Amino acid sequence: MAGQLKEVRNRIKSVQSTQQITKAMKMISAAKLRKAQDAIIQMRPYAKKLQEMLSNIVSNAEGGSNIKLAEERNVEKVLLIVITSDRGLCGGYNSNIVKLAKSTIAEKYEAQFKKGNVTIWNIGKKGWESMTRNGFKTDAAFKDIFLQLNFENVQTAAQAAMKAFENKEFDAVEIVYSEFRNAATQRFVSEKFLPIPKVENKSNNKKSDFIFEPEKDALIAELMPKILNTQLYKAVLDANASEHGARMTAMDKASDNANELLKSLKISYNRARQAAITTELTEIVSGAAALQG
Amino acid sequence: MTLEILTPEKKLYSGEVYGVQLPGISGLFEVLNQHAPLVSALKKGNLKILKDNKNNFQNYSIQSGFVEVLNNKVTVLVEGAIEA
Repeated sequence: MAGQLKEVRNRIKSVQSTQQITKAMKMISAAKLRKAQDAIIQMRPYAKKLQEMLSNIVSNAEGGSNIKLAEERNVEKVLLIVITSDRGLCGGYNSNIVKLAKSTIAEKYEAQFKKGNVTIWNIGKKGWESMTRNGFKTDAAFKDIFLQLNFENVQTAAQAAMKAFENKEFDAVEIVYSEFRNAATQRFVSEKFLPIPKVENKSNNKKSDFIFEPEKDALIAELMPKILNTQLYKAVLDANASEHGARMTAMDKASDNANELLKSLKISYNRARQAAITTELTEIVSGAAALQG
Repeated sequence: MTLEILTPEKKLYSGEVYGVQLPGISGLFEVLNQHAPLVSALKKGNLKILKDNKNNFQNYSIQSGFVEVLNNKVTVLVEGAIEA
């Protein structure tokens, strides 16, 4: 009996200390999430203005423009940029992204995959570990972007992708990442990065007599890479916020579960204690009765 | 006129100014009050804000980017800038 009591007491202790850790991790994630969300909000005016500028130029320009980055080719070689996190303990976050990457390959690029023409650039350690283990052709050049997350580092990755596309090393580039909705929900998406979809000329745009410097086509060609840089940066920021959101939710659930576990452990502890007391009492009473007898 | 400097990481500057000097892709130029609508690419260089018509300047060294002038509002989009 006493042995069982001690066992339960030890378990209670260990569950309590685990709960302390999960609670602390939840608090940390909440703080990091706020920072990550902030970064997204800070970026929005820039991204919005860039898009505005593009549509302004396009609505003022006549005829299509010939841009290398928008060139549609026969898709033979594919690049997937898969953004996961560097750390675990965030529920199904990483495995869901890896799963989406795999299903994207299976659904859209199976023929290319069979020829070994699907390359994966991983951003984030977890996805890289898992996909390398599963025999995908991975490249870890940009794995560590989350160690120091700033625009410059992301830009390097985006530019490398554009260069490879221009040099026909890849015919299509997609980003697989998790879009941030709110702390509890993420949407896992696979987004087209290159070639750039044709820009629609929305003619309802007010025409202003802009002075263009250099001329429109050259300006569009200058603008495109910036927009792509921003697109990848947005994806990375979204992924970062999603990671912290996912971890916060996971840790919250873990703390709740620990509470429940503690409750049931306490009941069995009390029961065992009461049983021990009852047995002892019975022994004393029956012993006394035997003496008197 | 109002000037806004935006980078992907944050809004760097926002306010009323007298004028601004920009490193345009084909040469340095200056935008003053009531400038005609303009879109221009910028190259890496020095951006100089003229806060008033006295000698009150503020300098930023910027990476490449764009500037748009419309309705007396100047928006500068750059990928990175540091106050110099």
